[in-house]
Parts: sequence; C-alpha cells; structure tokens
Amino acid sequence: MTPGSAQTSGAPLLDVRDLRVAFSTPDGVLEAVCGLSFSVDRGHVLGIVGESGSGKSVATQTMVGLTRGARVTGEALFEGRNLLAMSPDELRSVRGRGIAMVFQNPLSSLHPLYRIGWQIVEMIQAHEKVTKAQGRARAIELLGLVGISRPDRRVDDYPHQFSGGMLQRAMIAMALALHPRLLVADEPTTALDVTVQAQIIRLLGRVQQEFGTAIILITHDLGVIAEVADEVIVMYAGRAMEVAPRRELFIAPSHPYTRGLLHAIPRADLAGGRLTPIPGQPPSLIARPPGCPFHPRCTEAVERCSREAPPLAALPGAVRHMSSCWLTEGNA
Amino acid sequence: MKPAANTTVRSRGPWELAFERLRHDPAAIAASATLVGVLLLAMLAPVIASLVGHGPDDQFLDVGLSPSGIPIGPNRVFLLGTDSLGRDVLVRIAYGTRVSLLVGVLASALAVLVGTVVGIAAGWYGGFVDRALSRLMDVVLSLPFLVFALALVAVVGPSLTISVTVIAFFTWASVGRIVRAQALSIRELEYVQAARTLGASHTRIMFVEILPNVTASVIVYTTLLIPGAITAEATLSFLGLSVVPPTPSWGNMLADAMAYYKVAWWFVFFPGAALLITTIAFNVLGDSVRDALDPRRDQATPISREDAA
Amino acid sequence: MTASHVSARSGEPLVSLEHVVKEFPVKRGSVFTRTRERVHAVTDVSLEVRSGETLALVGETGCGKSTLARCVMRLHDLTSGRVVFDGHDISTASHAELQPFRRRMQMVFQDPYGSLNPRRRVGSIIGDPFEIHGLASGAERVTRVQELMQLVGLNPEHYNRFPGDFSGGQRQRVGIARAIALRPDLIVCDEPVSALDVSIRAQILNLLTELQRELGLTYLFISHDLSVVRHVSNRVAVMYLGTAVELAAVDDLYEHARHPYTRALLSAMPVPDPDRSAAREEIILSGDPPSPLDPPAGCRFHPRCPRVRARCSLERPALAAAPGDAADHLSACHFPVADHETLATTIAGQGAA
Repeated sequence: MTPGSAQTSGAPLLDVRDLRVAFSTPDGVLEAVCGLSFSVDRGHVLGIVGESGSGKSVATQTMVGLTRGARVTGEALFEGRNLLAMSPDELRSVRGRGIAMVFQNPLSSLHPLYRIGWQIVEMIQAHEKVTKAQGRARAIELLGLVGISRPDRRVDDYPHQFSGGMLQRAMIAMALALHPRLLVADEPTTALDVTVQAQIIRLLGRVQQEFGTAIILITHDLGVIAEVADEVIVMYAGRAMEVAPRRELFIAPSHPYTRGLLHAIPRADLAGGRLTPIPGQPPSLIARPPGCPFHPRCTEAVERCSREAPPLAALPGAVRHMSSCWLTEGNA
Repeated sequence: MKPAANTTVRSRGPWELAFERLRHDPAAIAASATLVGVLLLAMLAPVIASLVGHGPDDQFLDVGLSPSGIPIGPNRVFLLGTDSLGRDVLVRIAYGTRVSLLVGVLASALAVLVGTVVGIAAGWYGGFVDRALSRLMDVVLSLPFLVFALALVAVVGPSLTISVTVIAFFTWASVGRIVRAQALSIRELEYVQAARTLGASHTRIMFVEILPNVTASVIVYTTLLIPGAITAEATLSFLGLSVVPPTPSWGNMLADAMAYYKVAWWFVFFPGAALLITTIAFNVLGDSVRDALDPRRDQATPISREDAA
Repeated sequence: MTASHVSARSGEPLVSLEHVVKEFPVKRGSVFTRTRERVHAVTDVSLEVRSGETLALVGETGCGKSTLARCVMRLHDLTSGRVVFDGHDISTASHAELQPFRRRMQMVFQDPYGSLNPRRRVGSIIGDPFEIHGLASGAERVTRVQELMQLVGLNPEHYNRFPGDFSGGQRQRVGIARAIALRPDLIVCDEPVSALDVSIRAQILNLLTELQRELGLTYLFISHDLSVVRHVSNRVAVMYLGTAVELAAVDDLYEHARHPYTRALLSAMPVPDPDRSAAREEIILSGDPPSPLDPPAGCRFHPRCPRVRARCSLERPALAAAPGDAADHLSACHFPVADHETLATTIAGQGAA
C-alpha cells in the first residue's frame, strides 16, 4: 500500500512533547503515560502499537480531552495550538473538525435509539450551519463514500440494523463528515472478523489517499500496522520503546521488546514451530521501579537498565529510527 | 484499564476490599454507630427499666399524670415524659425497640431467604420453571399490603408472629426479582459453563457458583429492606394489627399519641424520632454498603468513551 | 453406560461427529412460547478428531465453530446427528449418563476474566473436578491442586488467592489447570489466547503444546485466528455459516487451499511483514456474512464467491477430495481452486453490504 502524498511542509500537523498522564488510585499513583513524544505529518499514517497497559489509548484520548480525573503535563500541539491547554469549549470545536476519533466498538459509540443518518446530521450541525436537507444529502454521500451500498436507504436505519463492519464504516463516515485533518482510530478493527477487517484497513488507506487525512492508528496487531502505517511507534508501559518508518521496523527492529514481539507472534504465512515467547508479565503501572520498564523481561538487560530509564535516541545513521535502549550505540 | 497484577501486591479478596472502603466512609461509620446505639437500647431495655425503677407496663396514674389526667413532660423522674396511662415513655421506647428490630430483621431475613432461593432457581432453570415463578412473584407484588394484612388479622388475630409472616410475605418477591435478574446474567458467564462441563449438578452450580456472586446485591438490598420492614411493622401496630397491648411498640405508641399531640408533644415526638433515626441509619448504611460492594470501584481509572462529543 | 478409561489408540478417532445439526429456535411469547424462526448454527457437519492430534476449527463470527464445540461437550443438545466419544454414542445421554464422560473431556474457555468465579479462590476452583467427582478431598486435594499449579507454571503458594490478583495470562493458566485436573482425553480449547496480550499468547500456546506431549492429550482447537492455528494444529477444518467448507492437514491447507473462502481468509490475515503483505494475493470479499437465520440456498458461500456459477446456488457441494488431492484434503466446492489459480479481487457480491 503506497502512502498518500505527504505534504511535509515543515511543521507537523500534530506535535506531542513529553506527555505524561497519571491517575491517583487507592493503591497509589498510576502512571499511564510517562514522557511520550511524537509527531504526525500531514497526510501521514502513524501507527501506535502496544499491548494492554502500554498507554496507547490513554495518550490519544487525553490529547483530545476525553480523560477524566487525570494529571496531565506536557504539550500536544495541533496545528500549533496546545490541546492540553484548551478550555472544554475550545476542545469541542477542535474535536470533529480538526481531529476526529473512531473507537473499537462502534455499537457503544452510536446511540441505539436514533437513526444513523440523524446522528451524522446532528454532528455536522453542531459545527456548521447547514439545513437538515443539506446535512442529509451529505450523510448519504458519506455513507456511499465509505462503501455502504444503497446509502439512500441505509441512512434511515438504526444501528442495530447494521452489521459490525458496516457500523465501523458508518463511524468512519461520521468521523469524516467535517473533513478533519487528523483521524484517530483506536483499535478500529479489533472487534471485527478478519475479512471485514481487511475491508476496513483498505478503507483507511483510501481515506488517506483520497482525502489527505492524517491518521493515527492504534492497535496491538503488528500485521495491521505492516499494511497501512508510514511510521510506527512501539509503546510499552507508558513509554515509547521504538519509533521507526514501517519497513525498517520490521526488517531491522532495534529494541529488544520489538524483536521479542516479532518473534512471539504466530504467523500464518510461515510454517509452524515453537514460538519464542517474551517471558514474564506486563508490569504494574503503580509504584514503578526505576530504570527501563521492560528490563525485568528483557533477555539482554544489563545492570544500567535497572537503574536508569534510557531516553529515546536516534540510531546511528538513521535519523528517523529511534530506540529507547541503553544497548543502542547512540545511547551508550 | 486495570493495572497488571503483580504477584508482589498484597492479595485482597473482594470482601476485604469492600470492608476497607466501608471503614473509611464517614457516613457508614455514623450510621453504624447509630445502629449500635439502637441495638444497645434494645438489649439493655431491662437494665434501663431497673435503673429508673419503672417497668414498661407500670402505670403511674398519680405521679405520672397531671391532676387533670394529662401526661406529664420530661422531668427528672420520667426522662422522656409519660404516656396517656402514666407509663414511662423512655422505658417503653426501649422495649419497643426490641419489637421493631426483631420484626424488622426477622421479616427481612425470611423474605431474603425465600426470595433468594426462588430467584436463583428461576434464573438458573429458566424455561417453564422461570415463567411460573415469575408470574407468582408478579401476583404477590400486586397484592395490596394493608387490605390483605387487615383481612388476615381479622381471621387469625394480631400477634408478633403474624406481623413477621405478613411482612415477609409481601417482601420476598421483590428480592426474588432482583436475584433472578442477576442469576440470569451470571448463568451466561463462562465460569458457569465451566462448572457444567465439569459435571456439576444443578444444585451445586446454584449454590457454589451463582449464590456467592449474588450475595453482594442481596446484602445491599437487605439493609434497605429492614427499614421498610420496621416501618411496615409500625404501620401494623399503629392499626392494632401487630403486638398486643400493653406490649409497647413504636407504632402503637404513635397510635395512642395521636389524640394527645396537642398537649403532650413528647409522646409523639420521641417514638417518632426513634423510628425516623433508625430508618435513616439503615438507609444510609445500605447506600454505603452498596457503594463499597460495587465491583466497578475495584478498577483504577474511569475513562468514559461516552464523553466523546 | 460405562465408559472405559482407556483412550483410543493414537490415530484412531476419539470423537466422531456425524451429520450434526444444531438449530436454535427464536421464541416469542411470555408464558406459552411459539417458535417463529430458527438460527441454523450448525448444518450437517461430519468430522472426526483423532486421538493425539490437534484439530483446529477455524472461521469467523457466526460460522458455528463454538456451537459445534459445545455440542461435542454436550453443553447443548443436538437437533439431530450423532456425537460418538471413544465408541460411545453420547448424543442423547442424560446428565447422569454423561458423568463418566465429563471426566474424559474438558474445556478451556476464551475469556480469562469470565471463566473464573471472582468470588472463589483459585485453589478451590482448580479443585472443583476432584470435588465434583469425589476423587480427592482435604489435604490430598490440596496437594494435587498444587501439583497442577506447578505443572502449568503458577506458584503453588498462591493457592488461596482470588482470580482478581492474577493477570490475564495467569488466569488462563488457572483455567488450563482446572481442565487437566482429571487427566482427560480430550480438551476443547475455545479461543484460548484470543483475549490475551500478544506477548503472552506465545507462552500459553507453548504451554498447551507441552501439556499435550506430556499428558497425551487430544485437542479440538477453536479459533478465528489463522496464524495461531498454524502453530498448534495437525489438521484444520474451515467453517462458514454452519458448514465445513474445507478440511486438510495444516500445511496443505495453508499452501494448497482449495476453497475460495479459505483463500480469502488466508489473504485477509494481516501479516507482520510489509514486503510479503504487499506481494500476496489480495482477495477482499465484499459485504458481511449473511445471517444464520436465513442462509442462502445451495452453497452457502455463493453470494460472496468470486467464482460463482449457476450450479452454486442450486446444489450444496459435498465435502470431498478435489481431483489430484490426497484423500484427506477435502473441500466443499464445485469448482475448487487449483494451485496456480488466482482469484479476482474486490468482488461485487450480492452479500449485505
């Protein structure tokens, strides 16, 4: 899948700097995100890969102000404006028009008692002055764009009349209604069947190419990333472990966690055999010990790893490939 | 997002966690203290009676009534005043506490026992058993309480046992409904399927797998049922359908007091206050228990998707 | 009905499914119910699971694989057909008659959070099989449970902990310990790793493989994930809308798939390798699988099939070996796909889109 035309006009569309998100719980302070920095260029697809507890969802949701009761520091500059410093009203106007979100379970994101078309029109009307007729026409157009057949009829259906794949398409249609510059898709295909998943991934690729929308794709599935992302961040326990362009990540993974993941994943295209798991469990995010969060499970850890957490540093000779590991030459 | 379990974190079972939360809840503490006080009042009623030297049924027609025959207000001898027959209100309230608590707790316990068994059976077996039991519960819930109670007492005569039975009869079905709803959702969970694959009998599944998971809501509901039962008993004894005079209960004291409220405010106020305070305390405790047992409180962070604009 | 505890010789069928049909009536009415429609969850499936092997059942939502597995476990009654376990027909056995068989077949469930009773301690949960079948009690049971915990990689000192103290992978180990407690012959694994983190999946899959070797287990492995299946199975059965559409030895299936649906499924699997992903054949099926309430006539896949012809909507294909294939590579297609053939991409199927 070829990446869409990227207008790298210097300033990135989204620039997140040292994002930290913490929650207080009865057991202590839970640090969900610890110093995450990344950027997304216009028209690019950034894939964020991580398992549960990696902080990938918390980071993006906090960015658009969907996290309650958290202590947030850092900056998230969207087209130059810091999202984390905005008032709820300002954020609301950015959501939908600047940044749109698509979640894992479309059924819980849509109101079950209102027709799909109505919900799309309502969203458009919240941000733009259009008549009902205009809104409806746009809704029909959007549903057709995302590949729903007979959109003129489907626009009046209720969510329960749509299948899982169609619902997710409808969600994407709703997200695109206001031509956002950035689409954040949080595990959009995880709840879907594999053949439907392939359709949705294809659709996302089309969205990037035809609309020039930048996409942040959050998933735990490295296979999905391999098909669609331009750049990839691998997160673990709230930190970025590795950042790389897509091909480089798979062909020359640097961080032991990334390498461990790639060896631990079963593959349909290779003959079976014993898998090499990553030993141990994901860490507790409360009362984190010092050092690299991955070191208890890392087969290559050295003494320094348990004392200091390594910064994200570029690999020698590769500006856009960064790793957060003491064993990388650039970090020694 | 749950923090990943770390085997070095101290293990706390779900009951322990709930108790911890309860311990730190000021409302729960206050309510519990109040209820302990009420319980002590009931248990120590004979002690109080001997301390002030008045029995609950002793009529002090000369010392306890004014020359015109009206009850006298709180003074050094009768700390909360006297009633229409010159009896010590304080002592009578203390003994009345026994009736209220006994009936309230006993009737609720009986209702919960029957309701839980029926609810679990209906929820687990499903099909015809469920439909039959549900209709039964619907019928019981639609019977009018007072009319029925009056009719029953007219036939059998008033007594404590009748009180308990009648109140329990009208309450078990609401417990049953709640338990059934819970049982219906629990039976679909995989651990119940697992029990079936292991060859567990129906009885075992109902009592070992379903019941412990229903207990939490049953406990909450019970603490909220008790005040209702106490009030119901007060209603019954107000109408003369519960304990037989001269046995004091808050309800029949209030009934007697109705005629005297203009001249003897203490006669209405103190039994009424006792009833009110006890009921409020149970309700507050019930709320706190429900919050403490809420399983969603076991998780770290509320990130609600419903916030999406 | 007695059940001898000597399992079938290796390679012999341990479980035989013969023309199994399972339908769920959709009831209406409150006291006296009427059946209006039926969900055709499984329609005429015949398979056998051979002793010592791992047979995978693969398919997407609604294909009937979970229902079929539950029919094998007799958690459901069959609408028609037979389930034969080690020579004994258990299709209509009562609860009491099934008891001896319950010891010989067990299940590992998908949801690590739902498959363990949160109000019971794990030692008690794992000890259930011993208690239910009256095989060990008191101190002896504790010992045996702790042995099991060690076998699956758990710390026996955590006997008295609640499930909430464990991570997803550890809970799954508890479920596995419970399943192997009585040394069953057959274990049905229903999506055992789907709900686990990627880095934990490999641990659990390896554990299952080791246990199979050590304890001589036979697995019926249900999954929607073809990559997982490739690593653990000997043979694979692909299901679609209640029917088996292909059955083959594992490498045969992945490299010489005959049924168009199998091909589509294989091509849709995300592969963590950008170059291979770009190079492979892309078959994107349009629409979603039709509802099991009203399955299509003839071949159930025909509305979405790239090779559909007239015959496909009229006649249901039988599961048979395609010309030139080994006798144990079966597919249910009138026009099976040969090795060198490719299928058209993005088909305009008549499926509900």
